Amino acid sequence: MINTADLSAFLGRRRGRAGLHWTDWLAYSYLVLGVLIVLMPILWMFLSSIKSPRALVENDPRMLPYEQVQVPAPDGARQLGVFVWTKPDGTKADVAFVGPRGLNARVFELGRPDQIIEVPRAQLERKDRLSPRWENYTEPTLGSTQSRTFNFLRYFWNSTFVTIVATLLTLVVNAMAAFALSKYRFRGRDFMVIVIVSTLLIPPTVILVPLFMTVSSLGMLNSLWGVIIPAIATPTGVFLLRQYMLTIPDELLEAARMDGASEWKIFWRIMLPLSLPALSVLAILSVMWRWNDFMWPLIVLTQSEVFTLQLGLSTFKGELNDNMHYLLAMTVLTLLPVTLVFVFLQKHITTGIANTGLK
Amino acid sequence: MASLPDPSAPAGARSAGDLAGWLWSKLGDALDGPFRALQRHIGANRMAYVFLVPNVLVFGLFSFWPMMLNFYIAFTGGQSAILAERPFVGLENFRELLDCGSWLDPKSCPVAGFSFWTGIWNTLFFALVQVPVMIVVALATALVLNRDIAGRGFWRAVFFYPVMLSPVVVAVIWDWVLKRRGILNALIDDAVTGWNAFVTSGWFPFVGGFVLAAFLHLIMARLFRLMKVPRSEIWGAGVGIGLALLLVFSTAFREFLTLPDYRPVNWLIDVRSGWPMFWVIFVYTWGHLGFYMLILLAGLQAIPKDLYEAAEMDGTSKARQFWRITLPLLMPTMVVVLVLSLIRAFQAFDEIYVLTGGGPGQATKLIIQHVYEMAFIGDAKRYGIASASSVLVAAVLLVLTLGQLAATRRRAGG
Repeated sequence: MINTADLSAFLGRRRGRAGLHWTDWLAYSYLVLGVLIVLMPILWMFLSSIKSPRALVENDPRMLPYEQVQVPAPDGARQLGVFVWTKPDGTKADVAFVGPRGLNARVFELGRPDQIIEVPRAQLERKDRLSPRWENYTEPTLGSTQSRTFNFLRYFWNSTFVTIVATLLTLVVNAMAAFALSKYRFRGRDFMVIVIVSTLLIPPTVILVPLFMTVSSLGMLNSLWGVIIPAIATPTGVFLLRQYMLTIPDELLEAARMDGASEWKIFWRIMLPLSLPALSVLAILSVMWRWNDFMWPLIVLTQSEVFTLQLGLSTFKGELNDNMHYLLAMTVLTLLPVTLVFVFLQKHITTGIANTGLK
Repeated sequence: MASLPDPSAPAGARSAGDLAGWLWSKLGDALDGPFRALQRHIGANRMAYVFLVPNVLVFGLFSFWPMMLNFYIAFTGGQSAILAERPFVGLENFRELLDCGSWLDPKSCPVAGFSFWTGIWNTLFFALVQVPVMIVVALATALVLNRDIAGRGFWRAVFFYPVMLSPVVVAVIWDWVLKRRGILNALIDDAVTGWNAFVTSGWFPFVGGFVLAAFLHLIMARLFRLMKVPRSEIWGAGVGIGLALLLVFSTAFREFLTLPDYRPVNWLIDVRSGWPMFWVIFVYTWGHLGFYMLILLAGLQAIPKDLYEAAEMDGTSKARQFWRITLPLLMPTMVVVLVLSLIRAFQAFDEIYVLTGGGPGQATKLIIQHVYEMAFIGDAKRYGIASASSVLVAAVLLVLTLGQLAATRRRAGG
């Protein structure tokens, strides 16, 4: 997102006079502080997600994923941790830790496993090396531990299915309504517009129970369709598309009718392509809503085979967290698609949202 | 807009986009048959109703019908999710929610009322703190970004980024940061240890002395000037530097500056401190700030620049420009932002539920969580109570939403 032009403009900025005004310094400090508060937690989670389970259990506060160097024991049965021993004369040597004895430790110098010596533990310091553990990512997705811990692929597929199908349906259903409400004159049209916009007044959070009962009586509990369908008609979508379609000249439609095109064909082959800018704003919003949706899936989906990623993550978080390394890695994978979309479509998303005032 | 793909140019499509476009138009053609037949039957103009059907069906079934149903369920009891099996109980559910010794003291209520009023008071506190704090920070950020700043697109994108993240992801991130042995406690501990090491180190007299001398000399000079001492500058410098030297080399002063050892705080679990609510507000604000910042920034950029230029000509100070130009012209946007964020705050659930689960105890349990738990958690599914609570919450939200509509209309009109 940062490019060199930005950077050089930032560093070499001049405003007609030499240097920056003190309020500029204040502004930039504020921005840098804010960016740190926004990005540091995410960075910290990412760096934690490539740490070993042991480093996570020990709550290693270092940013980078360190792990203690280990060597096989002489009998080959187990791994021994390696320490740096600072000898009384100040020289240092790498030693393998065999076991404790009182305040001392029994160790041997690397390469001389037969000479076990006893040294004060205060003279030992853990020898760490940098070792990112990518298995946190591969094991729950590709490995055999997948089904036992976190069925990532299943949840990912469910989330993707819900997002794509719901977005396509949202676009078509709302575009159809917007088309009818913008390009036809019929009795009750204005009334319909008011009715649809007034559903904005019904916050989804306060009709949870009756919505649940309706969905349940339609047999859509524990089905992804129960998540998809109730929200495909959105007043914001109708409103957005209708405002845009009103600007498309009617002459285009008349010309097509002259050529014998059916109303459906006019909608599908003329209105939809011409409304692409508004449709893409709604598509972006819909993808965001659906991918991040939590409360409604939480109520409709109770069996883990139909969980979306968000449900899987929150359930996994609620369990005893000896699988923290997987949870963090899967969280990163969950935020990755949205992040990629944002990096590439950042301009469209921010201007789209700023212009419509919708999230 | 991409050019319309030619329906007769199929398999040789040049790119995936063309192929998708081709498939899309084929899909439309396939659907054309039934629609054409229908049109022949009812006439072209009535096709408008056909286009409205899917939308109206979904709205009706999943918005209007549930809303009506909500009122009915609020007057029924039992635990069945099947409407016909639910006995009518009249105002029983409302009695259980509202029949308290005092609404200010949830403990004086029946069980359901306790949960309800705890949620209500927590939500009120949450909304009344979170909304003003967020608006002030969002406005400050928008004002900074509205300056002649380099790389504005980058800064704006970063501040907006958390809005894209799902509430669950936000909660996992912050849970991980706020663990008792998490990064936040480690950073504070490092800062305290580092400061104490600095205070006791040999560097302190030089660095600390310099800073202290610079500071005290300014204070003293001003003090002497107020006391009308002649040559206040020189006296101020002398006394200030002398004081600084005395302080820097005194052990008592160093001990005064030494901080006590930091004991890690269990940010989300410590019941008696206010920290869990603080962090709930912080995390929620962190996740939503960017959206409101964006709206306010758009509002700021719509203010005509020549107003400021004219004010500049008249020699109006920056502060006065802010109070007299920026704020009044931004007011309509501010009102929309205020109402929108209030409505959202009253419905806050996702992040907080995943982050704290309403805990510790009931300290961060908001009203929507109460509705959710009554209806969907535990063996006894109290749908009636949940619906009755929703009706009460909906009344509050309706007032707020009407306020928003009025504000939006005024903005559109003005």
